[in-house]
Amino acid sequence: MVNWSGTALHVVSGKGGAGKTTVAAALAICLARDGKRVLLMEVEGRQGIAQLFDTPPLPYQERRIAIAPGDGEVWALAVDADEALVDYLASFYNLGRAGSAMRKMGAIDFATTLAPGLRDVLLTGKACEVVRRKTKRASNAYDHVVIDAPPTGRIAQFLNVTAQVSALAKTGPIHRHAEMVMGVIASPQTAVHLVTLLEEMPVQETIDGISELHVANLPVGAVFVNMMRTPLLDERQSAKVRKATLPKSKIGELAVAAGIRQPARDVAEGLVQEAIDHVRRTDLEAREQARIDDLQLPVFTLPYLAQGVALGELYALAETMFDEGIR
Amino acid sequence: MSSFVPSAPVLDLDAILRDPDVHIIVCTGSGGVGKTTTAAAIALRAAESGRNVCVLTIDPARRLAQAMGIAELDNTPRPVEGVDTKAGGSLDAMMLDMKRTFDDVVERHADPERAKAILENPFYQSLSSSFAGTQEYMAMEKLGQLHSQAQADAIWDLIVVDTPPSRTALDFLDAPARLGSFLDGKFIRVLSAPARGAGKGLGRLASVGFGFFTSVLSKILGSQVLNDVGSFVAAIDSTFGGFRERADATYALLKDSGTSFVVVAAPEADALREASYFVERLHADAMPLAGLVLNRVQELSLPKVSREQALAAAEGLADGDANSRLVSALLQLHADRASTMKRQQSLTARFTSAHASVPITTVPALAEDVHDLDGLRLIGELLAQN
Repeated sequence: MVNWSGTALHVVSGKGGAGKTTVAAALAICLARDGKRVLLMEVEGRQGIAQLFDTPPLPYQERRIAIAPGDGEVWALAVDADEALVDYLASFYNLGRAGSAMRKMGAIDFATTLAPGLRDVLLTGKACEVVRRKTKRASNAYDHVVIDAPPTGRIAQFLNVTAQVSALAKTGPIHRHAEMVMGVIASPQTAVHLVTLLEEMPVQETIDGISELHVANLPVGAVFVNMMRTPLLDERQSAKVRKATLPKSKIGELAVAAGIRQPARDVAEGLVQEAIDHVRRTDLEAREQARIDDLQLPVFTLPYLAQGVALGELYALAETMFDEGIR
Repeated sequence: MSSFVPSAPVLDLDAILRDPDVHIIVCTGSGGVGKTTTAAAIALRAAESGRNVCVLTIDPARRLAQAMGIAELDNTPRPVEGVDTKAGGSLDAMMLDMKRTFDDVVERHADPERAKAILENPFYQSLSSSFAGTQEYMAMEKLGQLHSQAQADAIWDLIVVDTPPSRTALDFLDAPARLGSFLDGKFIRVLSAPARGAGKGLGRLASVGFGFFTSVLSKILGSQVLNDVGSFVAAIDSTFGGFRERADATYALLKDSGTSFVVVAAPEADALREASYFVERLHADAMPLAGLVLNRVQELSLPKVSREQALAAAEGLADGDANSRLVSALLQLHADRASTMKRQQSLTARFTSAHASVPITTVPALAEDVHDLDGLRLIGELLAQN
């Protein structure tokens, strides 16, 4: 059970292919339950959120893309560094029109290429602006902001914006802007979550990513173990597979009697081989699970969905998160 | 015919490895699909079939790097221990150090004093260690170096390259040119103009647009950054023929008939979409594509029993004695695998319907990760047998 009611900013990272966009989207739906308003943000220009929700590509504009149980709302925004810089120039320097002229010249693209740290400050800066935004009645514009963030290998660098910017500018407006951003990101209002699969490389990357986050003093939230398969063999059955004591002839006989129309011996050989592969896999998963448990963080486990993930599955995953105690 | 994708032609990997005219194999694909392992397995198989191979890896898993003896970064190919050299081949391996590669380029082209100035320039330091596109640029640079070294000393007759874990596979092709045009571009020329003294640079700077541009830039980034960039460009200008040119030269190497691209994917929607983009791009640029390697494919040990049959039989046994329940569980396991396989096949069919002529080879999902030469050897065998 975790209580994230005070956590305004959720940053979801993970190894490529582990499903971080899916987890971010399901988390947004889960957090939006019971009348909450959640903004789901994308920062890598992949339009992964639009694909997942089966909507047209998202503009640089907040729009509602889903509802959650109990009148909750999920909004989405695809942040683009160039647009965010125009935004930044407009709000801090009154350079709105000039900003778009510079954009036409390609100058903004140039500036963000010249200083990659600048790009990250602008992206995270936009998230922090939304987190701090108030409505007319002085309540928060959104209860939570969920970012579908860059992958584990880059997350600490992405979030550690003051370090990135101090290499560029020791003083000046962009430096102050970075400090404002850091004030939100490195505070208890923020939680960085990592999505992993129970495989060696993703788990190793998760462990490395968490120590990098610790070094940078960034607040680590939870680990999401994604695409977990339901155990189909119980402990006694698995033990027989390991000890190679499965009753082969009995297996063939029973399967054929139950309607499998293939030679009993082939059926037995095939089923036993698949069971061996399965148990090897689950044993490996158990070893990786132990390494995740050693991290002493909240861990949430999401099932593997053989049919793939569409809108319906997102709601099911959000429901699983709720059942596992995310509030 | 591939058994996993019956409509697709089979990628005959051994034919490519045996072809003495193939000098470069580039393994590419989106992140997390097993590119590095595939590159290492191809390199090992080529070496053990008699080729003198050098494999350039980008970011191998720690245990695999240790097994290949390349856990230490020194940016030079080292012989891999434990390779079977009976067929007369050999295997050297290295892991790319992008900063070191960039430093080498600078040191090779500039006199010591100027090299020192460049290496100490703060903008150069951020460019060489954290710039978007630098890794791709340096992977290309290193490939170019290894290729000329191979031609000069005849130590290698095949170079296998893994590509950086970019956001998209196309970055490997595009990032070097993008970085090249950026460094050779008009804006950066303007910034370097004061450092190069008076002249046409200053004349251009005086134009309203650019003057405004630099003043806004120094507001955002600080004037120190702009000064650093300016002196970096001025120092490097007299040293290189231009970044764009260097990137173009390696790009041309990739179009050579001695190069062969292997696109790596997993049977998942995103990875196959990336593979599709990449195949189209290779085609558009007339770059030689060998085929698609599909990793982590679900295979069945009991292929003739369908998911539906297995589930029906499993249901009938679910309430029986311990043995019946065991068989019921085994049949459900089979049904589960059969449906995963079916889903993977239909995702792959989308790829093949658009790219019917692309040869494919598949590697089954292995129960455990690969981290030694035996594991790589097994992957090599699976890649070659289809």
